[in-house]
Amino acid sequence: MANQSRNVIGQQIELPFSESLRISYQSLMIRFGRSVITTAGITLGISFLIFVVISNEVSLSTSAGSTSEQIMDLGEEKETGISTKDKWLIIMSLIVCVVGITNAMLMSVTERFREIGTMKCLGALDHFVVILFLLESGFQGFAGALIGALIGLVASLLMSFANFGLDMFMDFPLLRIFLWLLGGCFLGMVLAVLGAAFPAWSAAKLPPAEAMRTDM
Amino acid sequence: MTEVIVKTDEVVKEYRMGTNVVKALSGVNLEIYQGEYLSLMGPSGSGKSTLFNMIGALDRPTTGNVFIDGQNTSSLSMSQIAWLRCHKIGYIFQSYNLLPVMTALQNVTLPMIFAGLSVKERNVKGEELLERVGLGERVHHLPDELSGGQRQRVAIARALANDPNIILADEPTANLDMTIGREIITLVKHLNTENNVTIISATHDLKMLDVSDRIVDIRDGKVERIRNRDEIQLEVGAVGH
Repeated sequence: MANQSRNVIGQQIELPFSESLRISYQSLMIRFGRSVITTAGITLGISFLIFVVISNEVSLSTSAGSTSEQIMDLGEEKETGISTKDKWLIIMSLIVCVVGITNAMLMSVTERFREIGTMKCLGALDHFVVILFLLESGFQGFAGALIGALIGLVASLLMSFANFGLDMFMDFPLLRIFLWLLGGCFLGMVLAVLGAAFPAWSAAKLPPAEAMRTDM
Repeated sequence: MTEVIVKTDEVVKEYRMGTNVVKALSGVNLEIYQGEYLSLMGPSGSGKSTLFNMIGALDRPTTGNVFIDGQNTSSLSMSQIAWLRCHKIGYIFQSYNLLPVMTALQNVTLPMIFAGLSVKERNVKGEELLERVGLGERVHHLPDELSGGQRQRVAIARALANDPNIILADEPTANLDMTIGREIITLVKHLNTENNVTIISATHDLKMLDVSDRIVDIRDGKVERIRNRDEIQLEVGAVGH
């Protein structure tokens, strides 16, 4: 005890990335219930988006393979590809996705301000705290978005099948659907990380006393 | 006990509440000596918790300086402040502030991760510390599975993780009943006498008077008076008559 050499203040060490990875993974696993709820928010947002865009893709490609009378019946604007109504639907689903995910991440970080303050008391550097939260949110974002993308895919295929029957496979846009799924996962992860970054960074910058005073 | 370990020089702290500025500390000068047990006493709102935060480098003064081990904390980089919090100071809080998702051992070893100890080193040391505070059997329990007194013991073990010179305790007995509170005070006093660790405690608890070397009364953001142990015993005697 009390064996530190006096009057010498060192520089705090940087922890290896593997340590951050281990702590954030453990933290996610231990508060599994809470993580699932946050992840569900991401899943919902991405599944809605993927459902809308893939239904639209399938509908467009199926209509393109149909006769001109059928197209007239559908009343779609074939020249531009996507109808105004669908454009709005995609924009709306993107907004739902962004708001839902950032809200879920904001809540999950702000309820842990005290924890951030405590970690800083124990010697954590600001950016270590931020990295922990970004890793956690990245994991959650990817897992949530992947599940959401798959749910959205299955739902949109089922609905397209109900509308078009086997015709939907005549000119099936496999590559585009795959790219949308990839894009959905990426978007979910990026939004989750961005949603967590702002509150985590603001909390990590606060003096510990102030972070711990914050009652949520 | 003459070496000054913490010194505050005209420390002022103001908080902005909307358009109002509230002065929590208005020019505090205080010297704290290595190895002493010092209690900061005062009613709620007196500024003692604010002063506690200043002394522990947990908050920045609006004006004035805080010196820890001769170093002016306002001249230190963020990395040096983090090092100071990690190595020189151990913190004990009223509401324990344990990380709820970590076991007792993981809570105790967390500051050791920040100090760069290996997994083996920190597990051995963490178990030793928990043994020392009487929780050798509860090493793998989560905070939720422990009583208030046991949680505070984990917090004390965590405060000792990197062998600090100073332990700051913010109302460590406020959430505990009389008997458990006394046990915690005895444990902290034991660390003070046995290891020459400086204890600085913000408190309402009169039981703390028995063990304190000096008591600093804070009122309206200022040091009202400083009493040493002899004076306190005299006063307690006077009340008894």
